[in-house]
Amino acid sequence: MGAIKAIMKAIIRGRAYVLGDNIDTDQIIPAQYLMLNPAIPEEYKQLGRHALSGVPEAEGGLPKGHIPFRDPAADGSPYNIIIAGRNFGCGSSREHAPIALNAAGVEAVVAEFYARIFFRNAVNGGYLIPFESEQRLCEEVRTGDEVEIHTADSLLINRTTGDRWKLKPLGEIAPIIEAGGLFAYARQTGMLRS
Amino acid sequence: MGMTITEKILARAAGRSRVSAGETVWVNADILMTHDVCGPGTIGVFYEQFGRHAKVWDPDKVVIIPDHYIFTADQKAHRNVDILRQFVREQGIRYYYDPDFLHGEGMPTPYRDPTKTSYKGVCHIALPEEGHTRPGEVLFGTDSHTCTAGAFGEFATGIGNTEAGFVLGTGKLWLKVPPTMRFVFEGTLPDWLMAKDLILAVIGDIGCDGATYRAMEFAGEGVFSLNIEERMTLCNMVIEAGGKNGVIAPDEKTLEYVRSRNRSGKPFEPVFNDADANFVYEKVFDVRRLEPVVAKPHSPDNRALVSEVKGTPLDRAYIGSCTGGKLTDFRAAARILHGRTVRIDTFIVPATTEIEAALKTEKYNGQTLEEIFLAAGARLGSASCAACLGGPSDTFGRLNAPLTCISATNRNFPGRMGHKDARVFLASPLTVAASAVAGCITDPRDFLC
Repeated sequence: MGAIKAIMKAIIRGRAYVLGDNIDTDQIIPAQYLMLNPAIPEEYKQLGRHALSGVPEAEGGLPKGHIPFRDPAADGSPYNIIIAGRNFGCGSSREHAPIALNAAGVEAVVAEFYARIFFRNAVNGGYLIPFESEQRLCEEVRTGDEVEIHTADSLLINRTTGDRWKLKPLGEIAPIIEAGGLFAYARQTGMLRS
Repeated sequence: MGMTITEKILARAAGRSRVSAGETVWVNADILMTHDVCGPGTIGVFYEQFGRHAKVWDPDKVVIIPDHYIFTADQKAHRNVDILRQFVREQGIRYYYDPDFLHGEGMPTPYRDPTKTSYKGVCHIALPEEGHTRPGEVLFGTDSHTCTAGAFGEFATGIGNTEAGFVLGTGKLWLKVPPTMRFVFEGTLPDWLMAKDLILAVIGDIGCDGATYRAMEFAGEGVFSLNIEERMTLCNMVIEAGGKNGVIAPDEKTLEYVRSRNRSGKPFEPVFNDADANFVYEKVFDVRRLEPVVAKPHSPDNRALVSEVKGTPLDRAYIGSCTGGKLTDFRAAARILHGRTVRIDTFIVPATTEIEAALKTEKYNGQTLEEIFLAAGARLGSASCAACLGGPSDTFGRLNAPLTCISATNRNFPGRMGHKDARVFLASPLTVAASAVAGCITDPRDFLC
């Protein structure tokens, strides 16, 4: 289906894109793109081209803002890790939202906490790994910083500043992510016949 | 320790005698609903995972209601409806509400007589109208406002495509049993206050993440004196507080509505809280102390009393959607719009074709609601989700410029109704109608008292 499944790497490394609170699914993928059918690989990719295009310019790429998440001419985004505040992914249940982030190359989001439908979609679809931070990292990390997430230790290291931050353990969703999503997990655990 | 309504429903659906908040359980679905925006992706997941010739777990438990992108010339939107049609044929799905006037290229012509088509409109209102909501059941839908059906004393929640694809194949889904927050409204509502004011007050109180992973139960005289449509407005917006589901215990009004619509005759069993049920939070509101409220841009929890923002200039007014497009909402608007004219562009969009038809027959002071709205200078659209969520640029009422709008809809995050610099105030249909007449935010009491 065009999806690159989120992989539980030992270290997820890349550049951070920083957002604030209540980034709802309309900001992640505006409704005028919802006629794109993610079951069609070409349209799955197109969703990535519009990822985060609903975020007001001043709120995109904190702390300064006015930093586009992606260059419309290029494939994917230079940022593969999103750092956000509270209630990331609130609003509608559209699975297009984690799909758009996945198609743009996002591997992980680190937020204070998530709206539950987005969180379930991200995990069950295997699109990205939704980590929760213990501190308000959207006021600590700057867009463009080089960061690493050490998954086994639940640790975020900011290579640009040298700061280290503890993340919350993934807990009961870890085996679903490791399996590659709901279907793979249900097959592994015997809920579904393979 | 006793169980809440939500715990009891989930225990029954899990085949267990009891469950407690925090437990993860596999539950059986009574109904899976999907629509034209998330249906095609869900169908894709289903065939990819279960095989091209797979059959759904029960074709009579799958309800498909196209409603989002109907009155648009967008070719992909039309193609998506064709994907639903093909799936319905392949699977023998009985409950499908086709926009049968929609075919081929170009903008669909709004039908002249909505009663002569199988198209219904907004899924959350169509579900109860067509008899798919029953107390005690479990309803999953690929739309966040699926929680609306909690007004019928059932467990109803929004899910994504992957989960819905899983339910299509198995009839099951894993869920974490939510703890329940209880909101009790004492006293009855004065005629200038609506359910929308109550739920905006609640969301303003607890914040748009205040009920994350939790159930929200509404009770008290203020709730049970409301009609079914107003109760639906309460449950509809629990997602705006992050809630997993909203629920109202069924009473005689619920049972009468459900019995009159339950065409399949499917039996159901109402469920109630045990006397010693455990609530994680309880708040009592005295309805007599509440006032009309708005949610200011850009969040549904950005509450202000109408009296605090009175006079704010507006460009547009909008009454419609699963939240504000029911007959009760239009009856309320008509009380203010009757004999008056609007000063700003005002859009009226019935949620369903049944409501659309009723606008032509339901009267207030001798005029039909439709006559009142047209005489007031409002524009009437065809039943659908329309501009509540923006949609394609040719969507009726969409904010294609950075306008300020007062709306009876549910969400006002940046860009929700179209342009990302537009400003949306959420309010009750009474407050929207009063503001449309004045051209600025206005207290409905100015016209009703």
